[in-house]
Amino acid sequence: MIDIDRPILETRSLAKRFSIGTRFSAEGRRTIHAVDNVSLIVRRGETVGLVGESGCGKSTLARCLVRLYDITDGKLLFEGDDITSKSLSELRPLRRRLQMVFQDPSASLNPRRRVGDLVAEPLRIHGRLSSPEITARVAELFELVGLLPDHVMRYPHEFSGGQRQRVGIARAIALNPDLVVLDEPVSALDVSVQAQIVNLLADLQEKLKLTYIFIAHDLSVVRQVSTRIAVMYLGSIVEEGPAEEVFATPVHPYSQALISAVPVVETTPSGTRKRIILTGDVPSPLKPPLGCRFHPRCPIAVDRCRSERPELKEHRPGRKVACHFPTLS
Amino acid sequence: MILSVRDLKVSFRTHDGPVRAIDGVSFDLEESEILGVVGESGSGKTVSLLAVMGLITDPNATIEGSIRYKGRELVGLPPRELRRLRGNEIAMIFQDPMTALTPVYTIGWQIAEQIRVHRGVSKAKAMERVEELLAEVNFPNPHEAMSRYPHQLSGGMRQRAVIAMALSCDPALLVADEPTTALDVTVQAGILDLVRRLRAKHRSAVVLITHDMGVVSELADRVMVMYAGRVVERGTRTELFSDPRHPYTSALLGSIPPLTGQKPRRLPAIPGSPPSLLRLPQGCAFGPRCPVRYGPCEAGKPGLGKDAHAAACFRVAQA
Repeated sequence: MIDIDRPILETRSLAKRFSIGTRFSAEGRRTIHAVDNVSLIVRRGETVGLVGESGCGKSTLARCLVRLYDITDGKLLFEGDDITSKSLSELRPLRRRLQMVFQDPSASLNPRRRVGDLVAEPLRIHGRLSSPEITARVAELFELVGLLPDHVMRYPHEFSGGQRQRVGIARAIALNPDLVVLDEPVSALDVSVQAQIVNLLADLQEKLKLTYIFIAHDLSVVRQVSTRIAVMYLGSIVEEGPAEEVFATPVHPYSQALISAVPVVETTPSGTRKRIILTGDVPSPLKPPLGCRFHPRCPIAVDRCRSERPELKEHRPGRKVACHFPTLS
Repeated sequence: MILSVRDLKVSFRTHDGPVRAIDGVSFDLEESEILGVVGESGSGKTVSLLAVMGLITDPNATIEGSIRYKGRELVGLPPRELRRLRGNEIAMIFQDPMTALTPVYTIGWQIAEQIRVHRGVSKAKAMERVEELLAEVNFPNPHEAMSRYPHQLSGGMRQRAVIAMALSCDPALLVADEPTTALDVTVQAGILDLVRRLRAKHRSAVVLITHDMGVVSELADRVMVMYAGRVVERGTRTELFSDPRHPYTSALLGSIPPLTGQKPRRLPAIPGSPPSLLRLPQGCAFGPRCPVRYGPCEAGKPGLGKDAHAAACFRVAQA
């Protein structure tokens, strides 16, 4: 029996650190704090959007969630089962239920193989299907993602970017997964094609009862697909809540600046939104600042922010923020 | 009038046959005006501006039509003459700042070189000017930044350095090709703000090429929408965004998810994808994807007409 309220995926103080250099290099061995103290709960059927700027750790986190990276610290639970340090063979049965779609479909599809073959690959590895069953399943998947039956014999280069991403999606859903992690699935596509893929993902979610973790730097796309969003800055979540609420009333000063910075199409000539322009750059994850990691760029930082790191805690029901002075914009 | 382009056509000979990348593009640009050029990949927005800069040197390319800069014809001008204009009166900013910067010299040296070449001033004088320029593009510590190498700067800082370089000789025309696409949104906001302030100060005319409707709406005075090598709609920013006439423009605007208000359950998507220039459809290139196509669309290519706010569409002409 499936407990409906039990989270499908959960992280507890998850951290991923990379070590670079050797003891012989000029700066010696150094540690990149790519993901730091992330606690996130993903419930069945929802879409959690991860947003943040380059280097904030959202892609690293995504790779940790499907165990493409080993986790340095903390815990990762899949349906309550601790999978933080399971071996590859122990993970194999789980892989079927935990899939990923990558940003650049031309880099993630083998150019020398026919796309029908590429979509059949996961079925051959995991399934116990016979050859004709696999062919039938591939045809079914092609229809599901909006490709034509005779496309199976083509090579990836014969497709447009949008169609290639459909192939990537077909591969990910081939084994009826429960959770799909989508890392910038529409960023490489033309604007007119993005909407098609966004709609396709929504249809598939409904039909196949999928749970998504959706990563994108385009905030309006994330808002469209997500039920809940988590804003990341320098490896940690700074704000979390229902997508529409976070966009309407961001509480963390970073989320406020991030959302205000998105250029939007104004139909009225004088309609100018208040824009918060941040000074400085994102600090290096090699040497994250002490205290609140956002304090060097924060417009409202005080002494306490420089020494004490705020925890991500409930600000209002359903809304979490990591800030000593959560304000309402 | 800073720039006047008339019936520009650019084609390339390729292995798979001739490709007409630009098919009859015309536009004008006044002093201190920002013209936004929007389109998807393959729409010809970059090629048309490379032609203006005289940067299409491919022997397989043919350029026809007229490009007049301050009344002077640029098509067919010898490379020597063009070099005198480029970097001096006409400057360009690219998407990736590293294409404009050499990794082996300091930022200060690179910007100073340009001033020395075009203005013939001493090195010390040029360096003084560099410091002013870096301060103008908001480097927190311009003097120190001059001795930095490009790899020591962040993406946003590099793009600021490139902008400083572009402004070094007070260009009358600035061409910016996706200047913020590689940058994060909070950094982009700063750069857009900078371009706006600099336009006011230097009165440069700016051509801004982008695929981002939001960026155009923030910055441009007038907008030109391109599709498959042709201009499909032009107008002022207000005209274009509040009253889009070409079905492609309105569909494109409609397919952008909103940032506020009610989320639509499904996005109004445009079917298909932009056509390959090697296999353009008969008649209107947008025809196969167009929700309102009818008989005439397959027969001929619709023209843009003479109006200030114009759309190349038979439906619009008929209405």
